[in-house]
Amino acid sequence: MSVPVMVEPLLKVAGLNAWYGESHILHGIDFEIGKGELVTLLGRNGAGKTTTLRSIMGIVGRRSGSVTFEGRETVGHPSNQIARLGIAYCPEERGIFSSLNVEENLLLPPVVKPGGLSLEEIYRLFPNLEERKRSQGTKLSGGEQQMLAIGRILRTGASLLLLDEPTEGLAPVIVQRIGEIIRQLKERGFTILLVEQNFHFAATVADRHYVVEDGRVIDMVTAADVKQSLGKLQAYLGV
Amino acid sequence: MFELLGISPPALFGQLLLGLINGAFYAMLSLGLAVIFGMLNVINFTHGAQYMMGAFAAWLLLGMLDVPFWAALVLAPIIVGLIGVVLERLLLKRIYHLDHLYGFLLTFGLALVIEGMFQWKWGSSGAPYPSPIAGGWNLGFMYLPKYRGFVVVAALAICLITWYAIERTRLGAYLRAATENPTLVRAFGINVPRLITITYGVGVGLAAMAGVLAAPIQQVSALMGTNLVLVVFAVVVIGGMGSIMGSIVTGFSLGLIEGLTKVFYPPASNTVIFVVMALVLLVKPAGLFGQTK
Amino acid sequence: MSTRNIALFVALVLALVAPFVAYPVFLMTALCFALFAGAFNLLLGYAGLMSFGHAMFFGMAAYFFGHVVKAWGLPPELGLLAGVLGGAALGLVTGALAIRRQGIYFAMITLAFAQMIYFLCVQMPFTHGEDGLQGIPRRALLGGLLPITSDFTLYYVVLAIFLFGYGCIYRFIHSPFGQVLKAIRENEPRAVSLGYEADRYKLLAFVLSAALSGLAGATKAMVLQFATLTDVSAGLSGEVVLMALVGGLGTLSGPIVGAFIIITMQNYLAGFGEFVLVIQGAIFVVIVMAFRKGLVGEIAAWWKARRPKG
Repeated sequence: MSVPVMVEPLLKVAGLNAWYGESHILHGIDFEIGKGELVTLLGRNGAGKTTTLRSIMGIVGRRSGSVTFEGRETVGHPSNQIARLGIAYCPEERGIFSSLNVEENLLLPPVVKPGGLSLEEIYRLFPNLEERKRSQGTKLSGGEQQMLAIGRILRTGASLLLLDEPTEGLAPVIVQRIGEIIRQLKERGFTILLVEQNFHFAATVADRHYVVEDGRVIDMVTAADVKQSLGKLQAYLGV
Repeated sequence: MFELLGISPPALFGQLLLGLINGAFYAMLSLGLAVIFGMLNVINFTHGAQYMMGAFAAWLLLGMLDVPFWAALVLAPIIVGLIGVVLERLLLKRIYHLDHLYGFLLTFGLALVIEGMFQWKWGSSGAPYPSPIAGGWNLGFMYLPKYRGFVVVAALAICLITWYAIERTRLGAYLRAATENPTLVRAFGINVPRLITITYGVGVGLAAMAGVLAAPIQQVSALMGTNLVLVVFAVVVIGGMGSIMGSIVTGFSLGLIEGLTKVFYPPASNTVIFVVMALVLLVKPAGLFGQTK
Repeated sequence: MSTRNIALFVALVLALVAPFVAYPVFLMTALCFALFAGAFNLLLGYAGLMSFGHAMFFGMAAYFFGHVVKAWGLPPELGLLAGVLGGAALGLVTGALAIRRQGIYFAMITLAFAQMIYFLCVQMPFTHGEDGLQGIPRRALLGGLLPITSDFTLYYVVLAIFLFGYGCIYRFIHSPFGQVLKAIRENEPRAVSLGYEADRYKLLAFVLSAALSGLAGATKAMVLQFATLTDVSAGLSGEVVLMALVGGLGTLSGPIVGAFIIITMQNYLAGFGEFVLVIQGAIFVVIVMAFRKGLVGEIAAWWKARRPKG
């Protein structure tokens, strides 16, 4: 599998295995992301995409193999230390806290490095959030909650964002809006690893796509090759 | 002219004051229990023993090192809180993944060990602690000893500061968020295990501080917290553990109800809180301020 | 004969010859507490409900027995019946309220009710407060045919009561009812969706457990001839939890083993005063940290692991 020429990758995953209790979910995941890239993990339900993100973050039951960030090994470290290296995670279920209001939710993740967005910048990106900053986090609409979940990890100074299905269950207008925001974040220099079911959405934003099946990466397609590989990708994803 | 059902005002207000003081202890203790339960998923049965340790720490500090009450009010909770931190690191943290029942049994066992050792060393008859504020005010309808007035105000202030710290500060936001979803909070870079340890230490410290406040009013004895913690469990069932303000309000109200019962029907004063608990279970099983979790 | 039946047979023979080698009053006390622990364990081990106030059933039944036999001068059979019915009635009321909350709240509620009963016992005239009921006469059983003044005779009566009580527990666990209860413990929402009224099953288990605790308490009053505040205290509620825990929660024989261990320990440590509490507490801590299956449970697990799966 050929990877575009790049200097030291920002994130390098090699032979990653992960377990939830007795069940072995990841069977040796290999892939890497260069600084400033936007890469997606594609695959069917249950292929192991979410588990890959959670394993990078260190919040699975047990993991083995190697995950290096900026050349530093993270396997064996607890998730709070991994986050401090500059990786931020936006979970599929969004994880908005009901006992915190919108602004408290935004301010919750601590700043781990300089270079993050300021609160004002985040509000400029998501004006709805500012209007509702005193509301209980879980009282927002689905789209607003998704924006809150993305917004709150932009403040921390993390350079790698792990986004798990940010468009799931949202109206087309909002999906489009989230697409614009993700492109803006890429322009600002964020490196993004995106898990998506919605291939058409993924195709509009990503530089490269990795295909995950049965806990392994089985193929890689660059944005330039997507057109020719459409048939192959559709077969992988079963669409 | 001011007589209610044949009860003299001094008796009525005297009992109400006692009720308020008891209520202050119920509030402080149930608050600590609720905060600890939120983070650790453990009902801290050792709470009564830690309250007693607070009173003992103040008494020993005074007797052995001549440390005055006001210094003990700060020192004793720190000492007892640190002992709590050690217990959490050594024992409690190893059982969070188990059923709640085991935390209950473990802390019950710890309470037996602690209370047994104090009883063995100092016996079960109490020792007096001199009141740090002498005198009182004659309010016309009753005599208010200054120290007792101070206890009510201080306990209320401590409760409100705790409420503020949890509901309005950054650390409190971490705490609330970690109560909901500790995994995600940790994945944001917050050291949740340390937060849990701190929470336990602070919860225990609150119990110890209540113990210091109680020392000049009650006798300092090994078993002073044994029955109290059982009443506080009833308070927690009545209020539900979902709300900090709920714990405070429930604690003070039940103290007052107990005081009123002492005036109007003394034989029931020991049991009235349990009767209230039975009624609340009938009408609103989740507790007055509780959400069903 | 299976290993199990051999073990049962050996246990029965031991039980029959025991009073020739050991002090009968000790054996009778231990049997009462074994039944009590078995009744508690029925609730926790099989219905998943941890009562932390079981002494209220045991102690109240002891008072009822004493009152019926001493104050009313009635035969001990009626005293035992009063103990069982009293325990069941108290179980019905407190259980109906306690099962409205689940998990750890259930334990706190039972504990609180037991404390309320304790305070009532301090005040009510028929319990004689701090003194308790002393000198309850050992009247003859079976209308005067069976005198029980001899500890030796009484031992066999107590053994019969114990076997009857434990037989009830065994029958209950292996009845369809017990199976439903297990299903509820493992997955309450699913059991409810299958049409079982979980609360009714739990309440019945609670009442049965209370009634058998009552039987144990009344028998204890018959043996030791007194009923005091200790019998309704929170300390005893904790002790019965300890007995079941030491022996093994959810095992049939665990509570019996646990009761004998704890009672023996108390006999030997009686001279150490408050230190008994420290040791009991330490046992709680050690078991929760390291031997959660209890003695019988750990041995059974070891036995299973030792032999190849089959």
